[in-house]
Amino acid sequence: MSLSPDQLRRLTRLARIAVSEDESGTVAERLNRVLGLIDQLQAVDTGGIEPMSHALDVVQPLRADTVTENDQRSLFQAVAPAVADGLYLVPRVIE
Amino acid sequence: MAWEIVVGIETHTQLRTRSKMFSGAATAFGAPPNAQASAVDIALPGVLPVANAAAVEMAVKFGLAVGGVINRRSVFARKNYFYPDLPKGYQISQYEIPIVAGGVLKIALAAGEKTVRLTRAHLEEDAGKSLHEDYHGMTGIDLNRAGTPLLEIVSEPDLRGAKEAVAYARTLHDLVTWIHICDGNMEEGSFRCDANVSVRRVGDKNLGTRSETKNLNSFVFMEQAIEFEARRQIELLENGGMVVQETRLYDPEKGETRPMRTKEDAHDYRYFPDPDLLPLVVSDSMIEKIRASLPKSRGDLRKELIESYGLTPAQAQVLTSNIETSTFALSTFAGQPKEAWPNLANWIAGPLAARLNRENKAISDSNVTPEQLKELYGFVASGVISSSAATGVVLPAMWDGEGGAARIIAQRDLKQMSDTGALEKIVDEVLAKNAKQVEDYRAGRQKAFNSLVGQVMKATQGKANPGQVNQILKAKLGR
Repeated sequence: MSLSPDQLRRLTRLARIAVSEDESGTVAERLNRVLGLIDQLQAVDTGGIEPMSHALDVVQPLRADTVTENDQRSLFQAVAPAVADGLYLVPRVIE
Repeated sequence: MAWEIVVGIETHTQLRTRSKMFSGAATAFGAPPNAQASAVDIALPGVLPVANAAAVEMAVKFGLAVGGVINRRSVFARKNYFYPDLPKGYQISQYEIPIVAGGVLKIALAAGEKTVRLTRAHLEEDAGKSLHEDYHGMTGIDLNRAGTPLLEIVSEPDLRGAKEAVAYARTLHDLVTWIHICDGNMEEGSFRCDANVSVRRVGDKNLGTRSETKNLNSFVFMEQAIEFEARRQIELLENGGMVVQETRLYDPEKGETRPMRTKEDAHDYRYFPDPDLLPLVVSDSMIEKIRASLPKSRGDLRKELIESYGLTPAQAQVLTSNIETSTFALSTFAGQPKEAWPNLANWIAGPLAARLNRENKAISDSNVTPEQLKELYGFVASGVISSSAATGVVLPAMWDGEGGAARIIAQRDLKQMSDTGALEKIVDEVLAKNAKQVEDYRAGRQKAFNSLVGQVMKATQGKANPGQVNQILKAKLGR
């Protein structure tokens, strides 16, 4: 399969990646190569093989339910672009 | 032709853990902004999530309580969207393989019991909060709630109308608080429902197009929102219009729902398995351990308290109002003789409950333990102190930390008078001082007798045995 210019625009918008009109040809070409690879993978007969959701064949370790993190707000907020009253400030979002 | 209103409910249940789903930050409500937002919660680069065992256990507990299938292997997935209250750019959730599949919830309706099928229940993390007050034209973000464990419980579209939907939500609320996986505090957002509503002509097999009304955090709003939404859709269809599949918000002030302003594509979440998290495996031994910890259902326990413990329906009701109270009551009853149970039940439902209420404490934080209550009851049963001294004096003193029953009884000199001679002397004094009441009593006024008993009790500072006082008085008054 190959990406149409519309599909590429939609994808970059969803991923919040700015791709200019000039770049779009190259980006589409690269993505199409990845998709070609996936086509090849999908051609493999996987009948009777249990799907894996992770490359490693191990299971999730669990942690005990205890509070191990202390308040490091001032440390974290020292590198934030904008803060006020303990809040992180971001460009206005209204839903 | 009549319309049928079809409802399915999705519930975000905040799990009762101390720490977050994937980080060791606290989940307590009401902390200063971002004081409980760790490096994982604010999505600093290089951090990794590690799943909380207690959240997994609570999800399994729910699955067992509703008779669902516990998937021995489930998968965490990324739900991708950009919004600053979720700084990673995705929410960790479960998609293709949730931890619980299926199950049922039985709800009581006027027409009888109805079985509502559940689709699934999956683990996920909550988002933070956006504050849109004016911060120099910016939005403030508090990430304390980000990463709090949620169990999203999804019902099939089995509910017909607002009343059934509310009955379902109430029953579910009752269950998750009873099995102790959620504190149920709707005002603090611990139990939030989304209602999927559609309408169709009675007899139609196919479902109509649905709308989803989000974040209903009270049963009253839920009923109003569903009723409004059904009316809106029916009017639309009767006027030749079409229902659009969309997300809506309920405005309690105006009593109406309105579409959320969302950009197109907002629902293309591009789910994929989270490479940071390995498959979640639940072992048979873990499931069996959790199954053993499941409490009896509230209804069964209520029945048992009435039938096997000899309590009244009213007492049983109070003692099963929440799981903490029933646990406290059962451990108080344990090892006590049958005749003690109704008395102990009265103490718990009466003076102890009143004190807890006054001090705004949960029974699990009670100053008086079941062991102390048992000890206290022992002194009443053996006649050492009166029941009124026990609840009126010893219980409050115990609460205030004056020690165990034996010590308080000794210190406050509460032992009932066993010396009949001394008691008779006091009765004589009371009779001598109250010639009027004696006369009234002899004239047939029972009230006068009660007044005399009261005087004797007062004179003995409550230490006399009221039964004995009655006997002596009657003997002396010649009746």
